[in-house]
Amino acid sequence: MELFCVLFFGFGWLFFMRKLFKDYEVRQYVVQVIFSVTFAFSCTMFELIIFEILGVLNSSSRYFHWKLNLCVILLILVFMVPFYIGYFVVSNIRLLHRQKLLFACVLWLTFMYFFWKLGDPFPILSPKHGILSIEQLISRVGVIGVTLMALLSGFGAVNCPYTYMSYFLRNVTDADILALERRLLQTMDMIVSKKKRIAVAHRTMFQRGEVHNKPTGFWGMIKSVTTSVPGSENLSLIQQEVDALEELSRQLFLETADLHATKERIEYSKTFQGKYFNFMGYFFSIYCVWKIFMATINIVFDRVGKTDPVTRGIEITVNYLGIQFDVKFWSQHISFILVGIIIVTSIRGLLITLTKFFYAISSSKSSNVIVLLLAQIMGMYFVSSVLLIRMSMPPEYRTIITEVLGELQFNFYHRWFDVIFLVSALSSILFLYLAHKQAPEKHMAL
Amino acid sequence: MAALDRVKVLVLGDSGVGKSSLVHLLCHNQVLGNPSWTVGCSVDVRIHDYREGTPEEKTYYIELWDVGGSVGSATSVKSTRAVFYNLLNGIILVHDLTNKKSSQNLYRWTLEALNRDVAPTGVLVTNGDYDREQFADNQIPLLVIGTKLDQIPETKRNEVLTRTAFLAEDFNAEEINLDCTNPRYLAAGSSNAVKLSRFFDKVIEKRYFLRDGNQIPGFSERKRFGGGTLKSLHYD
Repeated sequence: MELFCVLFFGFGWLFFMRKLFKDYEVRQYVVQVIFSVTFAFSCTMFELIIFEILGVLNSSSRYFHWKLNLCVILLILVFMVPFYIGYFVVSNIRLLHRQKLLFACVLWLTFMYFFWKLGDPFPILSPKHGILSIEQLISRVGVIGVTLMALLSGFGAVNCPYTYMSYFLRNVTDADILALERRLLQTMDMIVSKKKRIAVAHRTMFQRGEVHNKPTGFWGMIKSVTTSVPGSENLSLIQQEVDALEELSRQLFLETADLHATKERIEYSKTFQGKYFNFMGYFFSIYCVWKIFMATINIVFDRVGKTDPVTRGIEITVNYLGIQFDVKFWSQHISFILVGIIIVTSIRGLLITLTKFFYAISSSKSSNVIVLLLAQIMGMYFVSSVLLIRMSMPPEYRTIITEVLGELQFNFYHRWFDVIFLVSALSSILFLYLAHKQAPEKHMAL
Repeated sequence: MAALDRVKVLVLGDSGVGKSSLVHLLCHNQVLGNPSWTVGCSVDVRIHDYREGTPEEKTYYIELWDVGGSVGSATSVKSTRAVFYNLLNGIILVHDLTNKKSSQNLYRWTLEALNRDVAPTGVLVTNGDYDREQFADNQIPLLVIGTKLDQIPETKRNEVLTRTAFLAEDFNAEEINLDCTNPRYLAAGSSNAVKLSRFFDKVIEKRYFLRDGNQIPGFSERKRFGGGTLKSLHYD
């Protein structure tokens, strides 16, 4: 039991070192420790679900481990990680260096305030719970986590077929790329020649003894209104042209990179793997449409699924197909497999998404803060997965989750998930449609 | 002064090491007030007096091409960056003295820039690993600059400087360690300024004064024939 915990910790540590921080140097080991600990305890929760289904260990010891795990996770997610995020944000700002701890505490208190306020608009608790009980914290963490899950699922459900299917790939030829690169180099040459003129002008003015200072500060600006050096007006005009050209060069660079990426995807889609993914894309798009449909039905008709897929499937096979088999035995194994698959794919999917996100937005200064934010998201995501996975399990296994998490309004969470999923999926469709439309027009204008 | 000859020097390094600040310091002798992320490539120009103080003194433009990005970028970004590596005459490698990974990544940066220079039918010798022999053969002058010197505490300075000395030796290059927010490191007459001047002189020499086909010892067939001017088949 504890062995698994250590194992997960080690895995989180390795993942951090090898994948997330592979281009940066780990200066603050506390960040790595926190990330691995969050990962370890989140995975232990899933492990406990599996144990529940398989019936490993006796039920009181399982209950004890659940409670313990939950307390630790909440402690990390609500107290430690936000505090360290505040601490690292403050250490990046040079001004507040002296009273780092003080400002970190202030930030943490602000976080706690908003976190608490989050519970008000949602009907998630019955009033008989105390202020600092586990249920209060879990319910709020659950709301945030479920929102995140739904957003990611919605976007993922739409984006997955879009990226897999080659139907959406724009046609890019080598000639297009070469033409764009030529434009980019021409722009760079123009920038260079203008900068040369500015540099030469500066040098001649410097040699003639006129020191050309950029008007700094308030008085400098006022002075420059009345006394203007004749050469400098010309220069500021050229400088403006240079700024515009630099902006253009950045745009061209990004477009060229985009074209290269599309060309690679086209080549990839011709390989065997690419064809396989293309096929899966069609399959997933059907699945995605079905999910959106189901979410709409759930909301419109205000129904929450009462039975889980496993029992449903077994019912169908027994009643309609007339196959008789040992329900208890099979339901245990099938739910184990199903839940296992759901857990593994969601962990894997989340880690991949987090890694991509991290590469895209982190820099050497902000890497610590971003990793901690990701750890926070990961922890909340996993806690709410536990909340939602309850629906996929047969009733006899649900009891432990209900017991441990207290009397939360589980139905609310499912409804909330459906709503956010729908919103996210529809806005992703809109967003991708606009992006797709806009891109070919850009190239037509060349 | 309108028709000064041109020389192109690349400034390479991981993101966040201070390339933009360095280039601004080199070209304007001023500290860059608001450094921001470089997208794509930003160019700046420095006017350099070749062989200053001698009768052969001549003024050249040195273009410093500051290429942004990280060495682990996607292949599409790398292919786009490769456009800037054409016709280059010198490379300045910038690394952060407080970040060891940025120093290690310099090998990969150099390989990325130099491999691009091989003619399309040329053989790519390595699988991306560092090979000292390949660098020994290299005709393009290199300079290694370490930044953020002020953030290294006095006690660790020796250790860091020894490490960077090895690094510079590997590249067969000179090294300069400085702080980009303090112009005094490159004040006229200081040893850093002399090294910089020597480097630019070397770049100009290789570009303009060896183009009459002088045989440089150890010149292997897989590089362009004829020394000096680099031509790439694409962009004529």
